[in-house]
Amino acid sequence: MEPSAASTTALDLARFQFAFTIAFHIIFPALTIGLASYLVTLEGLWLWKKIPKYRELYHFWAKIFAINFAMGVVSGIVMAYQFGTNWSFFSTFAGGVTGPLLAYEVLTAFFLEAGFLGVMLFGWNRVGPGLHFFATIMVALGTLISTFWILASNSWMQTPTGFTIADGRVVPTDWFQVVFNPSFPYRLLHMVVAAYLSTALFVGGAAAWHMLRGRSTPAIRTMFSMAMGLIVVLAPIQMIIGDLHGLNTLKYQPAKIAAIEGHWDSVPGQSVSLNLFGWPDMAAEKTLYAVAVPYLGSLILTHELYGQVPGLKQFPPDDRPNSTIVFWSFRIMVGLAILMLVLSLWALWLRWKGELFSSKNLLRFAVLMGPAGLIAVLAGWITTEVGRQPWVVYNVMRTAHGVSNHSVAALTTSLAMFVILYIIVFGAGVIYMLKIVARGPDEEGPPEDAIDNPLHRPSRPISAAENDAAVEPAETAGK
Amino acid sequence: MGVDLPLIWALIIGFGLMMYVIMDGFDLGVGILFPFVPAREDRDLMVNSVAPIWDGNETWLVLGGAGLLAAFPLAYSVVLSALYLPIIVMLIGLILRGVAFEFRLNAERAPRYLWDTMFAAGSYIATFCQGLVLGTFIQGFKVSNNAYAGGALDWLNPFSIFTGIALLFAYALLGATWLIIKTEGPLQERMIALARPIILTVFAAIIIVSIWTPIQHPEIAARWFSFPNIVVFSPVPVLVILATLALLWSLRPDAHALPFVLALVLVFLGYSGLVISLWPNIIPPSISIWDAAAPPQSMGFALVGTLFIIPFILVYTAWAYSVFRGKVRPGEGYH
Repeated sequence: MEPSAASTTALDLARFQFAFTIAFHIIFPALTIGLASYLVTLEGLWLWKKIPKYRELYHFWAKIFAINFAMGVVSGIVMAYQFGTNWSFFSTFAGGVTGPLLAYEVLTAFFLEAGFLGVMLFGWNRVGPGLHFFATIMVALGTLISTFWILASNSWMQTPTGFTIADGRVVPTDWFQVVFNPSFPYRLLHMVVAAYLSTALFVGGAAAWHMLRGRSTPAIRTMFSMAMGLIVVLAPIQMIIGDLHGLNTLKYQPAKIAAIEGHWDSVPGQSVSLNLFGWPDMAAEKTLYAVAVPYLGSLILTHELYGQVPGLKQFPPDDRPNSTIVFWSFRIMVGLAILMLVLSLWALWLRWKGELFSSKNLLRFAVLMGPAGLIAVLAGWITTEVGRQPWVVYNVMRTAHGVSNHSVAALTTSLAMFVILYIIVFGAGVIYMLKIVARGPDEEGPPEDAIDNPLHRPSRPISAAENDAAVEPAETAGK
Repeated sequence: MGVDLPLIWALIIGFGLMMYVIMDGFDLGVGILFPFVPAREDRDLMVNSVAPIWDGNETWLVLGGAGLLAAFPLAYSVVLSALYLPIIVMLIGLILRGVAFEFRLNAERAPRYLWDTMFAAGSYIATFCQGLVLGTFIQGFKVSNNAYAGGALDWLNPFSIFTGIALLFAYALLGATWLIIKTEGPLQERMIALARPIILTVFAAIIIVSIWTPIQHPEIAARWFSFPNIVVFSPVPVLVILATLALLWSLRPDAHALPFVLALVLVFLGYSGLVISLWPNIIPPSISIWDAAAPPQSMGFALVGTLFIIPFILVYTAWAYSVFRGKVRPGEGYH
């Protein structure tokens, strides 16, 4: 097979299109994964304790989940086809590995989510409580299984094992090694915990926003309390997973770590200082304006005082990832993680003092931190994906050799369509989601009489994210 | 090892694509019929009849893509890059249609009208592009060195535009007959009335494609008209005529599920005609399923799970459909 003949401009356009569409996409699944598990928790608590606030919260977050899920589905289909439309040489070369993993994701996760989603969103009055709870659990399970397969695929591209190359393409030899490749366990845990943290911050921010406006119902307090409780447990765990993930990356992708740290020269026997801030300059081969802490780099990366790690100059210029980008994306992620820890410890302290719901400053901070998890997810993915360059399959296939031979005109057209459409459509979706968040949970919940009445079917309006305020007489006439 | 993995995988992907055409066909058809039903309450009923299930229907399309990548990566790569713009525009149509399900109910009056328009427009765009893809696929692709070697606009020609329009009518037929099952009263009568001209158009389109294709492609003409094939395959056109007549007959005031079932039969017959014409090529006109197959290690690994899981998918999908069986009725709120 001959490598792609696409021009540099076409390659950059295809890369930008992929980055743009996947960056929009990942926000939705990150919330879907977290919200699905949150909904399982809420429904379980409702069935167990029968306290109305749990049911109120379930219906409230189910509406937001519905919009978010729809956006995740439609932006995800784009990804499933983009490997073929834009990365056809990569797909021909590596489809033998990535194809079956994607197929397993569809079969074990997407169908499970889609099959039970309808019952979960529209079936509250159509099936028994146990069966409805089962449907919610299946949807949540589907989101986690989906994470498993897609991260197996991504991790294989980062740290490929269990294959050989024959006739110019990848041939899997050991599927266990393909799936459980060296970076997979760390990346999987890191992403699942990130999704939970992002959701907890979003839920906590929503609750804080209502409380700052004097709306401090039991349901909203429960939202806030659960969110802060989850963050104080998960934020430290995430930092430990992140540290282990970093050590794993140092072992398998040392150039990525060197780029993240803006570390150019490796001198044996000398300790590595940690660049807190600075501006890695790829052309000058050094990090300008560096604010460095001695020994800290060795300590963090090797857990030893004089441990040495490879510097970027040890790699040929063509094999170096862009340090300027990953240096900063990594610091944004870590900075937000530290803020998450501060938020959760502050909340813990106020909880201990019995003032969790009364500190305006804590609530304001929680509102500001509402999108922090999602921003950290984006920053983290930018770090790991840009840090993998110039490889699409690490040390096996270069990104430039995987791209389809499209003209600049075709790519410009598609990219322009995606940018305009995504901003309008997903912008509107986010606005609708935030409007529901701003309205807050209904205090009365769904009418109880609906449950035993077979005629009382949830047909109009049937969307789970239906706007109560928009219901007009014509539609309620049949009641 | 006597197992013909490419053959089994071709059957699985063929099955998945057929499920997609049938299932997303009727919910895209609902969107295609939107402009003919202006009343808001009726539109709500139409959307509600597919809201709990459309996502599962669309998942078959994702399975088609993933299955193709797993089993025939070369076909996935060549076909999708050859059809670059129609595929991208189809995805955009599916995005507009998919989000409109949720957005239209959260919007105020004016933007609500906009999302209704997007729901219909997305359904038209996605369906027409799928028809373009189908027409281009029938005509085949220029391939050299295991990569697409044709132009960026090869898909733009009279035949594929015709199949694009024809598919709009086929999905509209599925949508109208689906709504005959799910609705009652004036809306159902409207669907029965709309179905009649749609059936005749679909029938005409099948005849035109059946004449046009063999004229353009002698190898497809040989496939159908040589002996003994002409005898073996003759039931297909006969059944098409019978199914069309039965469909027209079934459109009575007390119609329920029969028109939909017969519409499925008609679509299935069209689909089998396509398979007969192109078999065993997965990148027409000359790359077969065996030429484009993934390594056996990949096909085998994916096959084990697929054969095990698909029965479960069919069972719980059927269960989800049964939960929402019966007519959709207005004025029964969920909150």
